[in-house]
Amino acid sequence: MTPRTSPTRRLIGGTGTYIDERFGSANFVTRSLRKLFPDHWAFLLGEIALYSFVVLLLTGTFLSFFFEPSAEHVTYNGSYENLQGVEMSAAYASTLHISFDVRGGLLMRQIHHWSAIIFIAGIMVHMLRVFFTGAFRKPRELNWVIGVTMFILAFANGFIGYGLPDDLLSGIGLKITQGMAIGIPVVGTYVSFFLFGGEFPGTLLIPRFYILHVLLIPGILLALITAHVVIMWYQKHGNFARKRSTEKTVVGAPFYPYFVAKTGSFFMFVFGVTALMGALVQINPIWLYGPYNPAQITADSQSDFYFGFLEGAVRLMPAWEYSALGHTLTLSIVIPALVIPGLLFTVLLLYPFIEQWVTGDKRHHQLLDRPRNAPTRTGFGMAGVVFYGVLWAAAGNDLFATTFDIPLFATTWFFRIALFVGPVIAFVVAKRVCLGLQRRDRELLEHGVESGIIKRLPSGEFIEVTETPSEEAQAHLEGKKEIPQIALPARDDGGVPAPHSRGVRAKLRAALNRLYTRDEIEVVPAEHHRGEHGEAEHRELSSTE
Amino acid sequence: MKWITVRRRHPRAGYAVMLLALFGLGAGYMALMPDSTGGAEAVSSRVPLQDIREGKQLYSQSCSTCHGQNGEGTDVAPSLIGVGAAAVDLQVSTGRMPAMNPDAPQQPRKRRVFNQEETEQIAAYVQSLGGGPPIPSGSDIAYEGADVALGGNLFRANCAQCHNFAGSGGALTGGKEAPDLHDATPTQIYEAMITGPGAMPVFGGDTLSAEEKLAVIKFIVDVREEPNPGGFGLGRFGPVTEGLAGWLIGIGLLIAAALWMTAKKQHD
Amino acid sequence: MSDKDTDVGRSSGGRPRRVIGTPRPTETQYLLGDDEGAAGPPATPRAERDEDPKKIKKAERVVAFFFGLSLLGSIGFVAAYIAFPVSGMAETALSNRWLGLSMAAAFLGVACGGTYWVRRVMAPRELVEEIHPMPSSVEERRDVVEYFDQGTADSRFLRRPLLRRALLAALVPLGIAPLVLFRDLGPLPGTVLRHTAWKKGMRLVVEGSGRHVRASDLAWPGSYITVIPEGFEHDLEALAKATVMLIKMRPEDLHLPPDKMAWTVDGIIAYSKICTHVGCPAGLYEQQTHRILCPCHQSTFDASRAAEVIFGPATRPLPQLPIGVDSEGYLIALSDFHEPVGPSFWERG
Repeated sequence: MTPRTSPTRRLIGGTGTYIDERFGSANFVTRSLRKLFPDHWAFLLGEIALYSFVVLLLTGTFLSFFFEPSAEHVTYNGSYENLQGVEMSAAYASTLHISFDVRGGLLMRQIHHWSAIIFIAGIMVHMLRVFFTGAFRKPRELNWVIGVTMFILAFANGFIGYGLPDDLLSGIGLKITQGMAIGIPVVGTYVSFFLFGGEFPGTLLIPRFYILHVLLIPGILLALITAHVVIMWYQKHGNFARKRSTEKTVVGAPFYPYFVAKTGSFFMFVFGVTALMGALVQINPIWLYGPYNPAQITADSQSDFYFGFLEGAVRLMPAWEYSALGHTLTLSIVIPALVIPGLLFTVLLLYPFIEQWVTGDKRHHQLLDRPRNAPTRTGFGMAGVVFYGVLWAAAGNDLFATTFDIPLFATTWFFRIALFVGPVIAFVVAKRVCLGLQRRDRELLEHGVESGIIKRLPSGEFIEVTETPSEEAQAHLEGKKEIPQIALPARDDGGVPAPHSRGVRAKLRAALNRLYTRDEIEVVPAEHHRGEHGEAEHRELSSTE
Repeated sequence: MKWITVRRRHPRAGYAVMLLALFGLGAGYMALMPDSTGGAEAVSSRVPLQDIREGKQLYSQSCSTCHGQNGEGTDVAPSLIGVGAAAVDLQVSTGRMPAMNPDAPQQPRKRRVFNQEETEQIAAYVQSLGGGPPIPSGSDIAYEGADVALGGNLFRANCAQCHNFAGSGGALTGGKEAPDLHDATPTQIYEAMITGPGAMPVFGGDTLSAEEKLAVIKFIVDVREEPNPGGFGLGRFGPVTEGLAGWLIGIGLLIAAALWMTAKKQHD
Repeated sequence: MSDKDTDVGRSSGGRPRRVIGTPRPTETQYLLGDDEGAAGPPATPRAERDEDPKKIKKAERVVAFFFGLSLLGSIGFVAAYIAFPVSGMAETALSNRWLGLSMAAAFLGVACGGTYWVRRVMAPRELVEEIHPMPSSVEERRDVVEYFDQGTADSRFLRRPLLRRALLAALVPLGIAPLVLFRDLGPLPGTVLRHTAWKKGMRLVVEGSGRHVRASDLAWPGSYITVIPEGFEHDLEALAKATVMLIKMRPEDLHLPPDKMAWTVDGIIAYSKICTHVGCPAGLYEQQTHRILCPCHQSTFDASRAAEVIFGPATRPLPQLPIGVDSEGYLIALSDFHEPVGPSFWERG
């Protein structure tokens, strides 16, 4: 303690002492305050999701003070003239009340809805970053699984929230859900009747959805977010290869004060951007949609963007249905409503384990891959993005048709074909681009950087002078790790395959591994391999003149 | 302006310019957004013989090639016998007729060719061919006092399915579309309901009574004149444009913030 | 990266002059770095450069400006809350705009100020830290296993089969038994999905106005209106299945089998408005092509041919409601639908 202390200093010191005497926390606190955070814009994407979730909690709490989750019939007499005297549910009337009779209520509704969209979009861009940089690899597989679980929960909660105000669009969304639920083989009608408490629409769904929306799902999300962040904190953030950023060392600015200031500012950015959108861009004008009535419908009946891929899948399906023995199997429902999302989320959830199985890569990864250095993964990821994107775009095919004057059915056929062709093209193109970029990296490491200086030799020959890349750049380029190849099925002298390579699974694995590691390029020229961890020995590249 | 000369070659300057341009575009659009006020046109239904003669003249010049010398129709265009003056007034006053491209699946709204007097003369001629619904007069479309809540309910039950919840239009099959109702005058809306232009069904007779039609008109006019209290209305197309805005503006601005926060420092 | 954007022609620090056709300077300079140029003099370390007190003072002012902006935003927010009542659309629009903008200013002021602070005012510091390997040592892991084995042995769990089985017998039902509570979430489906509110003799009324309909109300071919069963105007469960659209066609346009022809009146045909795909109201009737389009997923039906499917994911035609005329001339239902309306379900057959 310094002899001259300010009151603030004394307060902090006093609090610190108080806590330390009870928890012995000084060591932990120092370590935490000193914790290093690598600096890269893509590492802030997860925070978009984190902080928009906070915005959702705050605005949602405000809305819950006024919202009445009830399907009870009331007659509206609030200040929106076009609906005065109309019969509607209490849920819809209270949403109108929030919009037009509570100061700031419309703003809170709009911020809530915008931050919901930004929340899920934020999760998506964060997941893409994690996927394409291979940040899900050991030791972070479990955190990926937690992340995908939160993604699914966020989807579910967004959908449930869409259904709560009981306007025409949300009712149509629920009707589509019910139509899909009763299409589930064997248990469909029971699922529907138990969910709605009887026939659609009933009066029980809104209060049931409400409690899921405001308590159960946010509660689980909060617990998972805590786990997600604690695990990230404990395992340390991954980083790209740099001169001093290797598998054994992390480079960054300490938590206090740098990261605190950055993340605090980013928190404010998320608040500010959602407030800005809430102020200037109208979202979900429920007063225009009118109260839900099962006899009514509007053009442009679409879901929020994240559910678009399901909507698109349903639109693209041909009419496949089979009846036999008194039962009906509706594939035009089952495939888009169950098979496609099931497949998509299962592959997402299991991807770290699938890749590990195919590559046999059980190493710890502190360094992240540059997307170009894992061409097959990048290609696969792009194929997935295109697959999702085509389904998403197909959900707006009517708007494409009217905006660009294309016949409606032609758009459907276009998307049907694009759904199968698009991902293949995306895979091939992305992989080729990655390989080309790798070759350029190798070129740089082998021949150096073209300096733009032309020299004329005494013999009269012109050459361009190249220079050694900086150590920083070199370390970055050399960050590529080779992808392990699994040896082809070994055979002993008698021609019998080795035990570990027999069986369908082993053959499949070997085949996938070949697919994954084909076209492997050695970016780092053999003679330039640096020490195992990139630190020890670094040889200067000679400029080739 | 030194700071800008220093920074314009920055690798991210391009993004900044794009962002600014997008904002400018949005702001400009908001500022210039057309004020959609459609005044009711009082149209009288007097039909002197003189008008019919003049109308026949105009018809022969501009309509008969497709619709036949006496409105009997050809392979290209339907018969006009019995469609009534209301249909002619609707098609001609919205500029859909005379058609520029008769083979198109549907004629778009465009600048009208004939003024109101000429239009009424052609309408009078076609009316004389075989009757049909007349052009509604001023008192027929006095919608100002109509029940807007009833109109909204009827609109959502019978119109919104094609024209969208706020009259922004929607897609139909075969390259056709239900047009937006932003510029349709009350007379035109009334005429459309009683004649069923193009793919649109007819809401004539007593399926919707006269007061109910006026209620629908009142709802359409009120909704399109009502401001968007939440800000820019995104065309009132529902969640698709909202999703785009969420990505382009929301995620766009936040990624820009992340880029700024982590950008390498510039020294000048 | 100090002179990334300076004129590349000026050969600074031994940096060579750029020639047209060579890579862009930013990239080249990134690759070459700025303090390890082969020939150039060692550049000033970053920390020292950033200690210029004048620049820090300038930056401090910028930060203070942003924080001040935030303060103004907060004051503006309270002012807007008081100043703008919400009583109509225009007022709500004003209130929303100014509350939102002042709030955004309050947040973005702190955000921009904070970012500027961390970038321009804080003493730059970049640290390197060793990463300790995640896995514990072999000994530590062995300790865990040993202790766990010891604990298991002490509990005698493995050696007392009765205890083990009894515990299992107690715990498994504990997890399953509460599931019965979910039984009362809703009634069993039974046969309700096969019936609607329509009954013989029930009048058709226009949805929205509740008026009865006569055949003469749909005088012109191409007429269309949404109708519902009388007495069920506010029963949403009934409307979800019983909503019907009436379409008037020229009799020669109707191509129906004789039995279904008998269900029409004067070219007026009644189809269920509930799409057989997932149950949206499929109401976009095009009077020239007689197509009925569902706006949700674009299933398309041909109204002139018993609403058979011509495009889209729906698999079955829209059911037709038999209609007739009662003694007073109003349209009535002759019976309920002859098949379940709406989407397919497992028990439908």
